Amino acid sequence: MAATAETVEQVKSIAGEKYKYGFVTDIESDKAPKGLSEDIVRFISAKKNDPEWLLEWRLKAYRRWLEMPEPKWAKVDFPAINYQDYHYYSAPKQKGDGPKSLDEVDPQLLETYKKLGIPLHEQEMLAGVQNIAVDAVFDSVSVATTFRKQLEKVGVIFCPISEALERCPDLVRKYLGSVVPVADNKHACLNAAVFTDGSFVYIPPGVRCPMELSTYFRINEMNTGQFERTLIIADKGSYVSYLEGCTAPMRDENQLHAAVVELVALDDAEIKYSTVQNWYPGDENGKGGIYNFVTKRGACRGKNSKISWTQVETGSAITWKYPSCILQGDNSVGEFYSIAITNNAQQADTGTKMIHLGKNTRSKIISKGISAGKADQTYRGLVKISAKAEGARNYTQCDSLLIGDTCGAHTVPYIESKNKKAIIEHEATTSSISEDQLFYLRQRGISQENAVALVVNGFCRDVLQQLPMEFAVEAQKLVAISLEGSVG
Amino acid sequence: MLEIKDLHASVQGTEILKGLNLTVKPGEVHAIMGPNGSGKSTLSYVLAGREGYEVTGGRIIYCGEDLTDLEPEERAAKGVFLAFQYPVEIPGVPNSTFLNEAVNSVRRYRGEEELDKIQFVKMLRAKTKELGMSDEMLKRAVNVGFSGGEKKRNEVLQMAVLEPKLAILDETDSGLDIDALKIVADGVNAMRSPERSALVITHYQRLLDYIVPDKVHVLAQGRIQKTGGKELALELEKSGYADFKGEAA
Ligand SMILES: Nc1ncnc2c1ncn2[C@@H]1O[C@H](COP(=O)(O)OP(=O)(O)OP(=O)(O)O)[C@@H](O)[C@H]1O
Ligand SMILES: [Mg+2]
Repeated sequence: MAATAETVEQVKSIAGEKYKYGFVTDIESDKAPKGLSEDIVRFISAKKNDPEWLLEWRLKAYRRWLEMPEPKWAKVDFPAINYQDYHYYSAPKQKGDGPKSLDEVDPQLLETYKKLGIPLHEQEMLAGVQNIAVDAVFDSVSVATTFRKQLEKVGVIFCPISEALERCPDLVRKYLGSVVPVADNKHACLNAAVFTDGSFVYIPPGVRCPMELSTYFRINEMNTGQFERTLIIADKGSYVSYLEGCTAPMRDENQLHAAVVELVALDDAEIKYSTVQNWYPGDENGKGGIYNFVTKRGACRGKNSKISWTQVETGSAITWKYPSCILQGDNSVGEFYSIAITNNAQQADTGTKMIHLGKNTRSKIISKGISAGKADQTYRGLVKISAKAEGARNYTQCDSLLIGDTCGAHTVPYIESKNKKAIIEHEATTSSISEDQLFYLRQRGISQENAVALVVNGFCRDVLQQLPMEFAVEAQKLVAISLEGSVG
Repeated sequence: MLEIKDLHASVQGTEILKGLNLTVKPGEVHAIMGPNGSGKSTLSYVLAGREGYEVTGGRIIYCGEDLTDLEPEERAAKGVFLAFQYPVEIPGVPNSTFLNEAVNSVRRYRGEEELDKIQFVKMLRAKTKELGMSDEMLKRAVNVGFSGGEKKRNEVLQMAVLEPKLAILDETDSGLDIDALKIVADGVNAMRSPERSALVITHYQRLLDYIVPDKVHVLAQGRIQKTGGKELALELEKSGYADFKGEAA
């Protein structure tokens, strides 16, 4: 056990320092006063130039929120959140109207994204081989969206949701809240009341989106919550691959992130949604870090539609997240591929829900949980099969890897099947990195840290392979860093 | 190359090596034979620096340097290679990825430039071909689902790729068919040079027909009990280890 113990020690000692995205951008911001009230909701709505119906929608959500209890079922532990202690709106100050083009974006912001490895200049992106359109959200607002012209040519709409409210209000109104109802849960309800920005995507019928779309979220301001809302609609026969990345500065206070993501896939459409979540996890004693309370859900509304979620969750003090699929259309397919890494004092309760409503619907769940330090994580999944879902099938595989003996991993699979002929398979394993493996790798010249990283990346391989190439490489490095700091 | 003086080593408080002496000069190949449980694998682990194998006395001098306090990866980078008696499985890690990581780790340690993907693949293909192995084995996860013989061949491939100065082969011949045995032997012979040495642990005289050793040692009761030339292996084949079993130190 000695080598593992040593690795665990190393993990502990470097953890806090290793978060390389922990810098703060010194930029003037335009903020709402702390606290939450109807006035704040109206303030945000006015800032965003909401149409009347949206203000009403927000207010309704706010009133429901006041009455809703906190969700209690997750296996996470934290002091009650003081909702009055956050700013619900913060935007980098800008002169006059918003930036019309990248040239008008504050150079300091561009610098920030550069430091994060997210080039917003299209020339830079073109110079590299990457072909990814990026929407960058800084605190509460979107600061830049790239490659718009190329996308517009094929009719793809990719813009901040606030802008979509002007460009295509009917689409937004039709689908907003149609997958995640306003009062779905307390966090989603709060988001409905105060959401400030996020991305909107519409892919017209028959269009295969010519590039990866990506949103990069960054929380910068102190005591600021981030409540973005993403809405993606893939019309009949279309395809889109969407990536999401997140970071935040190191701060001693806990910051709240309550996002909502809604996906709608119509007949024969496919949406691939990938997340690399690396919010600040807090220090090794659990001080600071992001509370990541996110509601993500996709509706396979049309026949033969497909939604696939891939997530690499390495950050956040607490992760509470269950990207789910509602398989309404006949022959629709839902997939969930997940890597969750918790180290030090991190807690994660994550998993998915696959709701089979249509005939011959299929779902696949591959979850890889890695726990180190004193961290604790739970896979929580629901597979629900309705009586009408003839021929439904699910395959679930949950693997946990433990590093050291002070961490925990739990698997909580719920199965509710009303259709006797449905086929549901579930496999689960728990393992730890063995001394034999570490010695073998080290004997070949590989350092202990890299050896752990290699074993963990091997453990996660099935999921990493689901990520788009550029992201897979980044994710592999992130796996190494988050355990290197823990593993390599 | 290697000078072991009065080496004592314990595993979990039990002394296994009890004053072992062994000198291997550059370019030499030595065979170590001995009964089951006599400490052959223990010796190989001690040389490779495995945790839990505690040196309680004596010295291991390798290329003029005491190895005792070095980490396993440092010893590897300095050219010590151990072909494991029981190679370990690493699920999900392709053999080629593992080898690439190993080669570049060693190069980094030595201050040499890392091989890029193209250089590495070229080198790897050449080695694989030399050993008559299929490229398919490079894509598979390290040792996962490999047959016993394939695992051993994979050890030899790793050795060929890392080009160690001191190769320790712990029963690499066990479980091999005749053709594989020849391949393994060819692999070792191909590396023979005035700067490289090898310690070949085996139970079978047969291997030594292909890898002709400069010296043969009998390890029993935690010590080298007898040293001779190639003919000693033939003698042992006939007489067994009965002579060495009672002679505890
Ligand atoms: N972890 C351990 N704990 C206790 N005893 C051990 C441990 N490892 C090895 N030993 C003991 O040390 C002795 C030497 O073992 P070793 O594996 O070195 O033998 P060997 O010469 O390689 O045998 P074989 O020919 O069977 O491979 C054996 O008695 C074995 O049981
Ligand atoms: Mg042995």
